[in-house]
Amino acid sequence: MDTKYILLAVAVVAIVVVAGVYVSGYGQAQTLKIATTTSLEDTGLLTVLESEYEKKYPNVDVQFIAAGTGQALEYGKKGDVDLVMVHAKTSEEKFIADGFGTNRTIFAYNYFYIVGPATDPANINGSNATSAFSKIGTAGAANPTEVMFVSRGDNSGTNTRELQIWNKTDLNYTTEVQGQPWYIESGKGMGDTLILANEKSAYTLSDSGTYLAFKGNLTLTAIVTQGKDLLNIYSLIPVNPAKFPDVNSEDAQSWIAFVTSAEGQKIIGDYGVDKYGQQLFIPIAGQPEPTS
Amino acid sequence: MSEIINAFFQAINLIVSLDPEVIEITLRTMFISLSSTFFAALIAIPLASLIHFNKFRGKRSVMNVIQTLYSLPTVLVGLLVFLLISKSGPLGNLSLLFTPGGMILGQTILVIPTVIGFSIIGLRGVKEEIKELALSLGASNLQTVTTIMGEAKYALLGAIILGFGRAISEVGVALMIGGNIRGYTRVITTTMSLETQKGNVELSIALGIILLSIALIVNLILNQVQER
Repeated sequence: MDTKYILLAVAVVAIVVVAGVYVSGYGQAQTLKIATTTSLEDTGLLTVLESEYEKKYPNVDVQFIAAGTGQALEYGKKGDVDLVMVHAKTSEEKFIADGFGTNRTIFAYNYFYIVGPATDPANINGSNATSAFSKIGTAGAANPTEVMFVSRGDNSGTNTRELQIWNKTDLNYTTEVQGQPWYIESGKGMGDTLILANEKSAYTLSDSGTYLAFKGNLTLTAIVTQGKDLLNIYSLIPVNPAKFPDVNSEDAQSWIAFVTSAEGQKIIGDYGVDKYGQQLFIPIAGQPEPTS
Repeated sequence: MSEIINAFFQAINLIVSLDPEVIEITLRTMFISLSSTFFAALIAIPLASLIHFNKFRGKRSVMNVIQTLYSLPTVLVGLLVFLLISKSGPLGNLSLLFTPGGMILGQTILVIPTVIGFSIIGLRGVKEEIKELALSLGASNLQTVTTIMGEAKYALLGAIILGFGRAISEVGVALMIGGNIRGYTRVITTTMSLETQKGNVELSIALGIILLSIALIVNLILNQVQER
């Protein structure tokens, strides 16, 4: 009798595996899996690009997995996606140097904004990014209930940039910033982090696209918006087919070709103008990388 | 406050007007969670009867382990299944990551301990006399087992429904294994989390109402069946 149950259990496991493979669409229509930063997904740009692309390539199903840049690159390193769309140049170059990606194609840029309460308690208006962070750090240490800063704390592209800026200040990040009462790590996406900063009347670093898309729900204002340290460049990197033979390299290339084409670039440049009154992303494909 | 009430009415409107996105996400959620509950029941109920009807050393420890796993964290299952089915993992060539199939696998694992545990409790609830009666009437071992399981069928159904409740309401596996891909692996819980983050509370509230309604309907059906 015991063997009967064991046989039944084995049969059931077999059914589970077969059914699982079946519903996963294994071997069916082509899918293009793209790991992307939350900032691109939250603004809604990708949905528009996807629907135009799928008109041209009706047999390809584009699927976006939104994550921070750090996590998106991790998915690429495991071969779980075909392409990444991210914004942290140093990590991207390492990703390619380590053989996980083939090449980096820039396609759009905008700026990171240092946003904060309109009263600007740390008095950063008019400063550049580095001295603004210094002022927030100093004022926060002196008066942690009035001056606060919310960090993503999630190894995303925005978080990476934030750390780069802290490291340019005269403050020591590990002893004078992280863990301090005025420094809050949200561990969440950009939208959630903006809402948290808004609740706390705190400063934070946001990509301009997400900030503009969320502006209607926020009382925070953009205080420092320009400068080399705040430049935010988005790029496309296909996962290396030599390393992961299963990746959908062909459609990854056609997606890159579409996004960087005149048509794709126009969609990016026009996106959000009617809704937010200004461009969320500035198209940049085929041009030299901006430096300021 | 008026904002919340407003959002609530807009949510009702989304449901009543059969908003295509709401319908699609609800159907996908039902499909994935029903499938995982089905597979979990197929595995868990035979295992539960194996454990219940056999005497062996360490039976009590097995029960302890199962009961501990009732509170198996969904994100832990998400992490383990992710490592298992990632392209770089042992089952990578099944291409299950970021697919509904992968989500079903994860939720099945999540739900199995709950269904096993409560099935065993249900089987224990069957009076000893029934077993003795069956044996005295000359039933074989297998016949005895099926008799007892028949007696316990409502308790077993309850265990399955409890498992379904855990599957449909969890977010860890759905997010980590499914990847929350729009139109493919986006389910009620992951949409609620994402749309709230985007400040789109009406859709979140609508889906929350649907989630609760599903639970209510399932329980009404269960009560109806048990009263017969």
